[in-house]
Amino acid sequence: MSERSEITLKVNGQLHAIRVEPRRTLVDAIREECGQTGTHIGCEHGVCGACTVLVDGEPVRSCLMFAVQAQGKDIRTVEGLANGEELNPLQRAFMEHHALQCGFCTPGFLMLVTGVLEREPDISDEDLVDVLASNLCRCTGYQNIVKAVRAAAADMRRR
Amino acid sequence: MNRPTKGSGPAWVGRAIRRLEDPALLAGGGRFTADLPAAHRVRFVRSPVAAGRIKAISRPDGAFIVTAAELAAVNPVVPALHKFGYVPVAQPVLACGFVRYVGEPIAAVVAPSEAEAEDIAEAMSVDIAEAAPVIDARAALADGAPLVHAQAARNLVVEGKIETPGFAAVQAAAHRRVTIELRSRRQNATPLEARAGHATFDLASGRVTLTCATQMPHLMRTAIADLIGMPEGELRVIAPDVGGGFGQKMSLVPEYVVLVWLARTLRSSVAWTEDRRENLVASFHSRDQYIRLNGAFTAEAKIVALSAEVIANVGAYSCYPTTCAVEPLMAMAELPGPYDLQAYACVARGVLTNTCPMAPYRGVSRPVITMALERLMDVTAVQFGLEPAEIRRRNLIEKFPYTSATGLVFDAGTYRQTLDMAVAALDLPAFRRRQQQARSQGCYLGIGFATFSERTGYGTPAFAARGMAVTPGWETVELTIDPSGCVEVRTGASPHGQGLRTTLAQLVADELGLAPDRIKVVHGDTDRAPYGWGTFASRSLVIAGGASVLAARKVHAKLVKIASHLLEAAADDIVLADGVARVAGTDRALPIEALARAAYHQVHLFKGEIDPGISETATYDPPGTFSNACHAGIVAVDVETGRVTVEKFVVAEDAGRLVNPLIVDGQILGGVAQGIGNALLEEIVYDDTGNVLTATLADFLPPTSREIPPIELLHLQTLNGMTITQAKGLGEGGAIGAPAAIINAVNDALAPFGVSINEIPATPRRIRAALRQARKKLV
Amino acid sequence: MKPAPFVYHAPKTVDDAVARLAELGPLDGRVLAGGQSLIPMMAFRMARPAHLIDINSVEGLDRLAVEGDVLSIAACVRHAAFHRPVVPGPTGALLALVARNIGHYPIRLRGTFCGSLAHADPASEWCLTAATLGADIVAVSRRGPRTIAADDYFTGIMTTTLAEDELLLGTRLPLLAPDTHFGFYEFSRRAGDYAIAMALATFRLQDGLIVEPRLGIGGAEARPRRIPAAEAALAGRKPGGESFRAAAEAAAAAVEPLEDIHADAEFRLDLVRAVTRRALEQALA
Repeated sequence: MSERSEITLKVNGQLHAIRVEPRRTLVDAIREECGQTGTHIGCEHGVCGACTVLVDGEPVRSCLMFAVQAQGKDIRTVEGLANGEELNPLQRAFMEHHALQCGFCTPGFLMLVTGVLEREPDISDEDLVDVLASNLCRCTGYQNIVKAVRAAAADMRRR
Repeated sequence: MNRPTKGSGPAWVGRAIRRLEDPALLAGGGRFTADLPAAHRVRFVRSPVAAGRIKAISRPDGAFIVTAAELAAVNPVVPALHKFGYVPVAQPVLACGFVRYVGEPIAAVVAPSEAEAEDIAEAMSVDIAEAAPVIDARAALADGAPLVHAQAARNLVVEGKIETPGFAAVQAAAHRRVTIELRSRRQNATPLEARAGHATFDLASGRVTLTCATQMPHLMRTAIADLIGMPEGELRVIAPDVGGGFGQKMSLVPEYVVLVWLARTLRSSVAWTEDRRENLVASFHSRDQYIRLNGAFTAEAKIVALSAEVIANVGAYSCYPTTCAVEPLMAMAELPGPYDLQAYACVARGVLTNTCPMAPYRGVSRPVITMALERLMDVTAVQFGLEPAEIRRRNLIEKFPYTSATGLVFDAGTYRQTLDMAVAALDLPAFRRRQQQARSQGCYLGIGFATFSERTGYGTPAFAARGMAVTPGWETVELTIDPSGCVEVRTGASPHGQGLRTTLAQLVADELGLAPDRIKVVHGDTDRAPYGWGTFASRSLVIAGGASVLAARKVHAKLVKIASHLLEAAADDIVLADGVARVAGTDRALPIEALARAAYHQVHLFKGEIDPGISETATYDPPGTFSNACHAGIVAVDVETGRVTVEKFVVAEDAGRLVNPLIVDGQILGGVAQGIGNALLEEIVYDDTGNVLTATLADFLPPTSREIPPIELLHLQTLNGMTITQAKGLGEGGAIGAPAAIINAVNDALAPFGVSINEIPATPRRIRAALRQARKKLV
Repeated sequence: MKPAPFVYHAPKTVDDAVARLAELGPLDGRVLAGGQSLIPMMAFRMARPAHLIDINSVEGLDRLAVEGDVLSIAACVRHAAFHRPVVPGPTGALLALVARNIGHYPIRLRGTFCGSLAHADPASEWCLTAATLGADIVAVSRRGPRTIAADDYFTGIMTTTLAEDELLLGTRLPLLAPDTHFGFYEFSRRAGDYAIAMALATFRLQDGLIVEPRLGIGGAEARPRRIPAAEAALAGRKPGGESFRAAAEAAAAAVEPLEDIHADAEFRLDLVRAVTRRALEQALA
């Protein structure tokens, strides 16, 4: 075991003072040291996207970043989307369009889409579908995810 | 947003209400196995070679390591089957003396963190005297092939044979005989959550709780307690939120046995989270099959006889509880498909090899046999100059009940109608014009159809007919209303994405006159749910749903009785609706909560005529029912690169009553996407020495949203009384039909080149190789 | 799949980074930029650096600027910086076209142009771009800076002439003439997967004939490179079916194809033909 570093991670506005080895990936630190288990681990090699979180507003694969690199950055995870009991429009669109089944990949998709729509609110439908190819889902066949995301994007553009 | 789960309606069944499961899962509130903290983490040291004798295992100083030596008192897994010459083969939970496939667990390393456990595992060395492995099933059957298990001669672990009386004569008398050979490459179900287990010891009770990503919690409890030799009551198994299974999580996982043993030994908590490489290399594989078909047809292209040879590569061991015979025997039983055909002969072999064990995967053999049979239909159609749709029309069963050549009884379905719907949806004549035009511009489009049946919701007799030692057919539901009026439906079914909490609630809601969100479905916990079998084989809605309705009817009767006492009215006059019991035509009513309270606290009112409490149990063990569907797809094949693009896909299906159309559509869409992946992308590749070359998700390729076309779904609902709810199962159909439709479409596209693609996945490399071969022949 | 232990360093200046690399490079030290290729390899423990020198906090390494007739791309410029044209004219448009084929959106937000060159995966789109357009790679060590021509830079699968103590500081990409035609075509199994073969083509037209053709092939061989024989088949010829087919055949004849589970040699050559022709057709369109 190598030496641990003391760092502070800011997850959904909460500060977590933690001690981790440099090799600790961001996703492991979020789940284990910060106790936020809504972010899931699907492949640990950057293909499936289940671990997608926002770091300073950008969707990143949190298995492809070390926790020590996220010190001082603003991290957002699925736990930060809803307002108390009230789901946000994207979450509601996923429910409305049955865009989840087992729910394991869902947090990654939600954070991917949240990041993309915040960064590029005018992204075309086609580009949006392209972006959705970043993450894997094994249950839904994607059609309902695409529907939900299109609906949420249209809704956000109207607002 | 529309909140259809609130309030009540005349009928909840049939409504696309939004899932009760979703809010938690969407807010990061899902609870998956890997979310649990544990004192110790486990890493398995796995065999780096496909076959050999273990000579020595090095143990780094100070590390806690468990091998077969420590587990000497734990029995090996020996799944049993009492038919078809099945040879029982034993699998030690950790390799004992020999290794038989790359990835086989040899030792468990226990450390405070996963990273440290991996450091230790990496530092360990296992000295193995390598032996020659056998990887391919045909090679394994050959004379002189190395034996994977000494007791299985020719590596044959099971051999099913059937020949209907007079078969040879019918075959010989036929107008035309068509032979094809097909190959399905090996696949991995790849749930997004890999396998995971967490075992914790409770000092006070002396019990172990195993939380794991399983589809069958009760049977895991029985199996693990048996293997360890502990009283079953000392083990509790919990299936929490499970991130997809598709069959891969239905079999016993030897690693979980080790976890329970460790928790008892260390009197602590231990966890193992399978990583993706382990999942791809060493979880379970499936669908590695060769099929040879010979169809005998009349001059009118009516099939009259079918002979089949099936060779299924089952890997190095047999999975529990289905055994590794499930693929070859399913193939044998169901190969005649939905066609009217009474002369049938089949030999189906399960063959051991030095590869990862096979286990059921969505559809179990049927994606492969459907591909085979549907290719036969298309190849024959070309020979007769018929449209693929036409040859199917001439052969599909039409009169019900229909007893197949293998004795399966098909209940009423809509085989022809769904075919016609799919043909219309893709506008076949218009497509043929477009195809012609495209060809003249160097674009190769194809259309493909697959008509099939999906046998679902079958009970114990079906499993007994296979000779299984465990017959996971029935399901029990306990329906309880507590004194506060809270309704719990406790079931042994164990959903992991199918939305069963919602659909069971809908069924019970209609029976009890309540809204579904008042009904809590409890599953996946052996301490809380009655013994049952879990979720697999497109069974849960049919069987647990039927049991739920039966239990709810008993509870209904009891509520009416209580209400008739409390409201002083005849039971016949009591109506349950909108959460109250009312004397029909009056304003005399009591809410369910009041009935429940009285059932527990005011029993004296019932003068001994009603037992205290509200808790009813019902079991359902149905005969089984056949759903049916036609899948059809349009593809474009880029003949220069071999790339296949699926343009459009249509499913016309009939699964009886749709309890929740939204969830039904979700099941089909997901199944079709897996089927497209199976047809075009997904393949576990071994090299000659038994190494898996596809150990990442950049090499084993589940489809992304880009590879999945728009999918149109059309439904018929045949209500034929075969099940209590009138619903038929449909969890697997999407994956069963799609590969066949896609491969037929690819072949249709490539018809001008005279090539035949009879192998899945139809990768660009294979398609280009076939095209090059065809060109050479022409020259 | 947890990485082996390493010591983490986060220098703030180029000098500091260079100093650490001088010290740690020989001790199995590696530079960490976007990490989108290195970290997966570490997860599989196929890479196990003893030290990681994270340059993400080094000042000035996100610089992306036109200097005369060159686009200067500093070490930490992300793939996503090229989603929209970074410079008017064909260079910006070409880079935007190529960028869309790199991995997936989140990967593009974090991975870097120069990191791809340092990693030198044969399937890297930017490596092909650098090789085809004749980029200069600027490396710096305690011995001072040096410039390496792309031709002299890539040596094989994930190997380059960069020394272990050298920091890849930036890439200098010559701007294309405003009337340059360009095309890029990649074949991969799924959206976002590694290229099995890809081609980048540029040329200008003079009196309807091809001049200054560049034709680079990537993903098919151990390293990306221009294919002189294919360029010869184009130079001075009329653009179109005949010359493009000749170039494609020349490319297939010149390439020494890699073999893997997705493509054997014959199939890779099929793809080389197809991607070459399609890149050229796109350039003409």
